[in-house]
Amino acid sequence: MSLETGSQETDWAALLLAVRDRADRAAFAALFQHFAPRVKGFLMKSGTPAAVAEDCAQDVMATLWQKAHLFDPAKASVATWVFTIARNRRIDVLRKSRRVEPEDLDWGLGGDVPDETANQVEIYEAEEEARDLGQALKALPAAQRALIERAYWGDRSHGELAAETGLPLGTIKSRIRLALERLRREMARE
Amino acid sequence: MTGNMTTIRHHLTDAVLGDYVAGDLPEAFGLVVAVHLSMCDDCRARAMTLDALGGAVLEVGDTAEMGVGALEAVLGRLDAAPARVAPTSRARGVLPAPLVDYVGGDLDAVKWKSVGKGVKQAILPTDRLASARLLRIPGGVAVPDHGHRGMEMTLVLQGAFADGTGRFGPGDVEIAGDELEHTPVAEAGPDCICLAATDAPLRFRGLIPRLAQPFFRI
Repeated sequence: MSLETGSQETDWAALLLAVRDRADRAAFAALFQHFAPRVKGFLMKSGTPAAVAEDCAQDVMATLWQKAHLFDPAKASVATWVFTIARNRRIDVLRKSRRVEPEDLDWGLGGDVPDETANQVEIYEAEEEARDLGQALKALPAAQRALIERAYWGDRSHGELAAETGLPLGTIKSRIRLALERLRREMARE
Repeated sequence: MTGNMTTIRHHLTDAVLGDYVAGDLPEAFGLVVAVHLSMCDDCRARAMTLDALGGAVLEVGDTAEMGVGALEAVLGRLDAAPARVAPTSRARGVLPAPLVDYVGGDLDAVKWKSVGKGVKQAILPTDRLASARLLRIPGGVAVPDHGHRGMEMTLVLQGAFADGTGRFGPGDVEIAGDELEHTPVAEAGPDCICLAATDAPLRFRGLIPRLAQPFFRI
């Protein structure tokens, strides 16, 4: 499988669901080839020495396998999910601290009884948004993109982040907000 | 948790939320943020949006080549099938799930210690960059001076308090720098129970200026 050239079209969510539902090792290998070098690069930008970043990236990918059942494609893209695992690993290893997560809201799709076709559109919304967001990030002026990246690398010392980025964050927030509202309504009915 | 049934008026700032998403907050502040997100869908949507941006940063960022045999090494340590862990349960009592973990139970499991004037507190175990405590203040009582050096985040779990800057009810969070001189008073009625975090005892390089920096607004 050609991974780097075809990455725009690769359906990461489908690969991760294959890991989740069928313990598919070939799908895992494809995810690894794409995401492990990105996690390692991200951690090195965060100031992690290369050897530690290599170990962490391997741990992050192993976690992806172990926690595949927690992946919910309606909630986040695969890239977003990998980012949160990598961030948490950095907190564990580098800061020797603990990440406190909010109360888990059962998103309703990742459980044992997945709602088969009903939310197919919703499932791929997160991946589509992720693609759009990545394109928008790449299109930003270099200085502005660097500010955002530094914020995620944990290096905020080089100046202030701009209030307006022009990134399509409002759209994503609206979708999540609506999904949360629907979820709360369903929870209240239980 | 019934936090979403009440109107939350005081939310997390962009700066604090951005630091939480980037993984830069000391554990005690991270706990306050996680509890607020458990009660406030608006801030949760903002946090998830910032997570999505983190995903984009990861996706379009520079790659670093993995070592030879890295994939084989990881494949070799994978279990036969991904684990099937039951989803975490939702809190059903007064305390949101992240706090239940720290207390070891709901409100009745808190080991309160009196600090005078009927006020009680319970220190929660966190890393030493900042400290977190639960405070229980009888209605009508002023919060004793708790040394406002550095940053303090106070989140109301039950009851309400008011100070010069406004009224804070369940789910509301007050984020105060050392410039704020205030005397919070618990509203008459049931005890006001708050989660408070402060970095006063052990303060590390440049946290306050960084937290005061604006993040992008969403």
